[in-house]
Amino acid sequence: MAPTPLFTEPEWNFQTLDRVCRTIEEIAIGELGLDVYPNQIEIISTEQMLDAYSSLGMPLMYHHWSFGKLFAREEQLYRGGYSGLAYEIVINSSPCISYLLEDNSMTMQALVIAHAAFGHNHFFKNNYLFRQWTNAEGILDYLAFAKRYIAACEDRHGRGEVEAILDSAHALMEQGVFRYSRPPRPSRERSLEKRRRRMEYEDISRNELWRTLPAGIEPPAAPPVVDPEEDYGSEMTLPEENLLYFIEKHSPALRPWQRELLRIVRSLAQYFYPQRQTKVMNEGCASFVHHTIMHMLYDRGLITEGSLLEFLHSHTGVVFQPEFDDSRYSGLNPYALGFGMMADIRRICEEPTPEDRDWFPQLAGSADWMGALKDAWANYRDESFVEQFLSPKLMREFRLFQLYDRAEDSTYRVTSIHDENGYRRLRSALARQYDVGVSDANIQVMGADLQGDRRLLLAHMMHRGVPLHEGTRELVCVHLERLWGHEVVLEDVEGDG
Amino acid sequence: MSHFIDRRLNPKGKSLANRQRFLRRARAQIREAVQKSLKDAAVADIGKERKIRISTKGTREPRFRLDPRAGGERDFVLPGNKEFTPGDEIQKPRSGEGGRGKQASDSGEGEDDFEFTMTQDEILDIFFEDLELPNLVRTTLKETPSRSWKRVGITTSGSPTQINLVRTMRNAFGRRLALKRPRPADIAELEARLDALERSEPQTSEAREQIVALKEELARANARRKWIAFIDPVDVRFNAFTEQPVPTSQAVMFCLMDVSGSMGEREKDLAKRFYMLLHLFLKRRYERVDIVFIRHTHDAQEVDEQEFFYSRQSGGTIVSTALEKMLEVQKERYATADWNIYAAQASDGYTQSGDARHCVEMLNELIMPLCQYYAYIEILDEREMEVFASEDSGAELWRAYRTISQLWPNFATKRIARPSDIFPVFRELFRKSETA
Repeated sequence: MAPTPLFTEPEWNFQTLDRVCRTIEEIAIGELGLDVYPNQIEIISTEQMLDAYSSLGMPLMYHHWSFGKLFAREEQLYRGGYSGLAYEIVINSSPCISYLLEDNSMTMQALVIAHAAFGHNHFFKNNYLFRQWTNAEGILDYLAFAKRYIAACEDRHGRGEVEAILDSAHALMEQGVFRYSRPPRPSRERSLEKRRRRMEYEDISRNELWRTLPAGIEPPAAPPVVDPEEDYGSEMTLPEENLLYFIEKHSPALRPWQRELLRIVRSLAQYFYPQRQTKVMNEGCASFVHHTIMHMLYDRGLITEGSLLEFLHSHTGVVFQPEFDDSRYSGLNPYALGFGMMADIRRICEEPTPEDRDWFPQLAGSADWMGALKDAWANYRDESFVEQFLSPKLMREFRLFQLYDRAEDSTYRVTSIHDENGYRRLRSALARQYDVGVSDANIQVMGADLQGDRRLLLAHMMHRGVPLHEGTRELVCVHLERLWGHEVVLEDVEGDG
Repeated sequence: MSHFIDRRLNPKGKSLANRQRFLRRARAQIREAVQKSLKDAAVADIGKERKIRISTKGTREPRFRLDPRAGGERDFVLPGNKEFTPGDEIQKPRSGEGGRGKQASDSGEGEDDFEFTMTQDEILDIFFEDLELPNLVRTTLKETPSRSWKRVGITTSGSPTQINLVRTMRNAFGRRLALKRPRPADIAELEARLDALERSEPQTSEAREQIVALKEELARANARRKWIAFIDPVDVRFNAFTEQPVPTSQAVMFCLMDVSGSMGEREKDLAKRFYMLLHLFLKRRYERVDIVFIRHTHDAQEVDEQEFFYSRQSGGTIVSTALEKMLEVQKERYATADWNIYAAQASDGYTQSGDARHCVEMLNELIMPLCQYYAYIEILDEREMEVFASEDSGAELWRAYRTISQLWPNFATKRIARPSDIFPVFRELFRKSETA
């Protein structure tokens, strides 16, 4: 007896959503063996989707004008018909929150549930970068704390003051992450406790009588409360790659609440850092999971042929890769590359060619493609994933080629293409392209003369001689000086060429 | 393990606070853009939402970026090779053409201009800021039209002047029927019967008993009439009224302007602002507002808005032709019974000698009796403004018009040199609406 499809109408309702979600969950967890955080799936309207866009996709966010600017821009693009809205947004938190747009058809909701609530969710929970560097349980609490804290600062110190510090901190967000040493986890209790102690200290050290002292006489300085976890002005470790951290700890100009703002921005930067390193894998994983699940649903007669076609229409649109000379081209599409590579791993496991046996002896012919993929999802980031798993077949399919660019030359030189001589070099070059350590400016603190003129010395470690963009360099340095309070010197240093 | 939440009903405008912060941040650019956008807008378009394009100066969010065009070397990988083989050289795209690959495009410098939509209120806020309108006026302009009292049924309490007689009497009648209040006719009949019995001779004992019974009955009936009132407080009903927004009716606004050579770009722009404000004000009071544009040199024509503000004509200046034209249009299309008539005249103050007196006669005798309000603004430059610091000195037209404003309280004259001078012209007008 052929099973009846889960739905036949394009309209969705909560009963159908629930039924579909449970079926998908059985497949994803029972058969594919995915390991996910509990899901919280929220249906939202288009306006709320725009809201979510403009607060970095987070359900809570402190107020800042740059988010308002983003909203205005997105709204204009959307209302003008230049861009569609994402079908979903998913947040790396536990429970894992996925936003579904109310306008989606039932097929799209099924696709999106498979994509976000199971694909992305599995990746967030299992990838080593997310496990080590982000705290999925704590993030929403931390954001709530940040929002309240910043609102309280605005009340106490004025909006302009707070805005100035946030502007400057935002400018340094990319230089505000620890790349190598693991940062301390932001814990809600600790933050709250610390804040409480600070307020207490301020209360204790305020005495109404001091307000009556004649000008020029300072109230006696109360001994500062020593926080065992805080060590402002302690030995600095140099060089320091995390500018925001260094400034927060050592800036001679900042007041305690301003340091706390820097810490909030820095924590957010650190939270988003793994996502920047795993765009290809994250989207690839989610796309592969939704593709697999939707086909399994169809094979079992749980969705109709019409649904399958609707799904394929949307899927092919998402994983479409325009060629470099196409007007639609705007870089390699992470969905296309990620999905392509993951589908390719499955193919290598199931139907290897002699070439695959050469390149991937440990994968070729092993029937456990899901195991291979889960291992990749857990233990790689974009750079290492491309370096390890990009196959010659896929390079041919994408017709990849490598260009060498020297600023003085008026031409690019083609150095390798998708052929026998080029595969390895091409693959390494593409892997380097996904290394955020190379694409972000590498700026380090070389020293700060805290006893003398308090000048802050920074060095830009140039990679292959590529300098900083002049215009933005000046603008960011203004922000740096605002935070540091004294002169900031930034030098270019020949780095790892 | 999965659960659904319907967030669609959550309160809207979550990012309103961010938007306000953004608008404040980009205030200077937005102001400039709004002024520019209003300059090109039609008079009647003020107060609609519109797209605003601002430069990103002031809202820039700089980050450190690498600039591979400025120096150094790099490798990058592209998809879609067709005919290249290793060793081929490809011409670099000229800068400004937009680069290939991410490096070039997201440097944060590409966003020179930035377009977004502002709501009506946001636009008006900026527009008003420049005109220095008092707050009270701002809110009345932004809020709903005039209100008036409207009948909404019947209540049991109210002021004596609002008694609804029909309802009250009907209730009283019903109550009297229900409680069987003896009518005067009933009493009269009883009295007649009693009278007849008393007069009848000889008096039998039967008759005497009847008399006693009738007397008792009559006494009961009279007592009943006493304690069942003709109109009781419970019968009284009042007309109820409630305040409701009512579109008053329609108005026509005559814009008269001197377009001879002496009126330059700046003068016309100031005049336009003035017309915009007047239109906005009328729009709030009247359901329908027509605008008639009349321009004049030595000869007046009715024209459309485009020509009114942007085309030039040479010739002398005879103001009275415009007034004649206005009267003509008014007679033809705008009967005073149906239309409230407003007129606004902008000029640089020069007219042919002798014409001013003619204007005054026309205004006094023909036009002012028709108009709700007539505003005359004389647009000067700042230097002239100093020369004519006193209200009494001025060119011929100005002195002539001053005599009218003494006769007619709804005739306003004002010299303006800056946008902030415009509003005081309306002061009279707004004061009226506030007290009304």
